[in-house]
Amino acid sequence: MKSSTVENNKQKDVLLEVNDLRIYFDINRKKVAKAVDGVDFSIHKGETVALVGESGSGKSVTSLSVIGLVPMPPGKIISGTIKLEEQELLSLPEKSMRKVRGNDIGMIFQEPMTSLDPVFTIGNQIIESLVYHQRLSKKEARKQAIELLKIVGIANSEKVIDEYPHQLSGGMRQRVMIAIALSNNPKLLIADEPTTALDVTVQSQILKLMLKMKDTFNSSILLITHDMGVVAETADRVLVMYGGQIVEEAAVKELFLNPKHPYTMALLKTMPNLDQNLRRLPSIPGNVPPAHQFPEGCRFADRCEFVMEKCRQVAPELVRISDGHKARCHLPFLKGGEYDAQ
Amino acid sequence: MFYIIRRLLLLVVTIALVSIITFAVFQILPGDPVRTMLGTEADETQIESLRNELGLNRPLHEQYVDWIKGLFTGDLGNSIRFSMPVSTLLMERLPVTLSVASMALIIVVLVALPLGIFVAKRQKKFSDVVLSSVTQLGMAIPSFWLGMILILYIGMNVDFFKISGYIPWSESIKGALSTLILPALTIAIPQIAVKFRYVRTSILEQMQLDYVRTIRSKGLPEKIVVYKHILKNALIPILTIFGLITAEVVAGTIIVEQVFALPGIGQLLITSISYRDFPLVQGIVMYITITVVFINFVVDILYSVIDPRIRLR
Ligand SMILES: Nc1ncnc2c1ncn2[C@@H]1O[C@H](COP(=O)(O)OP(=O)(O)OP(=O)(O)O)[C@@H](O)[C@H]1O
Ligand SMILES: [Mg+2]
Repeated sequence: MKSSTVENNKQKDVLLEVNDLRIYFDINRKKVAKAVDGVDFSIHKGETVALVGESGSGKSVTSLSVIGLVPMPPGKIISGTIKLEEQELLSLPEKSMRKVRGNDIGMIFQEPMTSLDPVFTIGNQIIESLVYHQRLSKKEARKQAIELLKIVGIANSEKVIDEYPHQLSGGMRQRVMIAIALSNNPKLLIADEPTTALDVTVQSQILKLMLKMKDTFNSSILLITHDMGVVAETADRVLVMYGGQIVEEAAVKELFLNPKHPYTMALLKTMPNLDQNLRRLPSIPGNVPPAHQFPEGCRFADRCEFVMEKCRQVAPELVRISDGHKARCHLPFLKGGEYDAQ
Repeated sequence: MFYIIRRLLLLVVTIALVSIITFAVFQILPGDPVRTMLGTEADETQIESLRNELGLNRPLHEQYVDWIKGLFTGDLGNSIRFSMPVSTLLMERLPVTLSVASMALIIVVLVALPLGIFVAKRQKKFSDVVLSSVTQLGMAIPSFWLGMILILYIGMNVDFFKISGYIPWSESIKGALSTLILPALTIAIPQIAVKFRYVRTSILEQMQLDYVRTIRSKGLPEKIVVYKHILKNALIPILTIFGLITAEVVAGTIIVEQVFALPGIGQLLITSISYRDFPLVQGIVMYITITVVFINFVVDILYSVIDPRIRLR
């Protein structure tokens, strides 16, 4: 869609570029869920980008599409391109896509309890992809697997390598997942709510580990979360997603200090504040509209504090507010934002 | 190890329980074997003396203990109808039944497993409606009818097959096969029709699970995803089903032995029941039980080989 001058300047070190991505799911003959509905974003080399939004906003589907694992059917790709460096991923045949998965992109999932195969040892599950993608011998692969486990902070890795997933704690399993995702030195690490299922103390350990690994392996991270605290701790840049679209995009500091979209503001308010001493996390009133019946105008209109007549009729575009800051809202005009028409 | 010991204990307890039930059932069942043997004309003294001779007048618990001892020493008493030791009769007939049953079991596993995987991988091509009608059909076919159809269309037309009787393995392997394959098929075909769909369901269930997505995210080929990971995981529920088949296959032999005139345990069981030949019936029921319980034990052990989570419990 619109390409800003800033992005053109940085073209050289863009790792991933997603354009006009639309992924719909056939729910039944009449209903189509627009899970991802016109998403553009890019990730630069060495960058950590957070993708935030409430449940059902399309974060997982977006990330799965990058790695080519959207279940099809019921899913179908309506439009878009996903470029990893020079390679177009959406049109890639399955066989080449497998190479990309094994070599260029690693993924960590939310549930460490169920994301590992329960009937094979940890070692087996790391070794198999080393053997397949790097053509190592079993023995070499095992050595490397032990090494990898050490790198992700598992001390007694010679022992752990022969254990089964059920013998490990949640945090340990997530470390193993990270080791698996890193085993072939990926350029991009996608983490879909990697710490949601873990204890708070373990959470920050895992996040720290991921950032360290990013530096060690010189890769980029796409981190999916609905926890603004996690965003503040880890991200360089933030994409806020709502109803299958990106509604705001900014550098992390800019987003926290100067949010433009009412949804982002509401999300920030849900952050637990140290001096507030709240028992329960506040949540945004109202519900995300179901992906098969989005309203005509702005998808957030029904829950928006600042809703105007126009919002219900015209869907806002994602517009540039300042360098690297975009928002999908009619409001910035009124508030005298630095919007310049392109 | 602990797991195996517990299973072994369970095995012993089950067999002991079944032995008590078997023994008790024949005490309360109507029909007097002695009267059946001697006919309606026999007088009371004759009956009484035969009762004494057979040990039927002693206290029940003594009879039971004797019988259990016999179970271990192989002396199960004499058959009333055949006037032969029960153990001799069993030893004669057992190989026939075991051959048919194990051959049927092997056919079921060799066909239902690959077939289930095949249709699971082509989920879109084979709708569940079509497959479940196959299953319904398989369940609806009476095995005596299927047996006769096989005799009529295969047994009569292909020289290799004998349509009745049994040739022992020791005499000729080819001969044994020629008498066993059709009966085994008769048992196996309806089983396959039902069980391949269990295999399919188990595999499809596994495909939905998170760990499969992880393996795919590693960029491993479909071969490894399906035949290494999914299959091994799916084997756990599949094994349960195949444990159940054993009992059904053993039951299936009873009818099939009639259709193909095979001198097996099933035939012997029918004869012994109609003659109220209690020692023989008890012996047969005990051996069938032990076979089934033992196979379930083997299945349990296999579980622990496949599933590391079980070894801990
Ligand atoms: N397999 C599927 N079948 C049908 N619809 C789906 C499927 N996966 C996703 N969707 C649709 O896409 C929408 C977005 O789902 P997605 O999983 O991307 O949300 P999310 O932002 O990751 O939420 P969460 O925080 O709960 O993980 C869902 O509301 C649903 O309507
Ligand atoms: Mg999700």
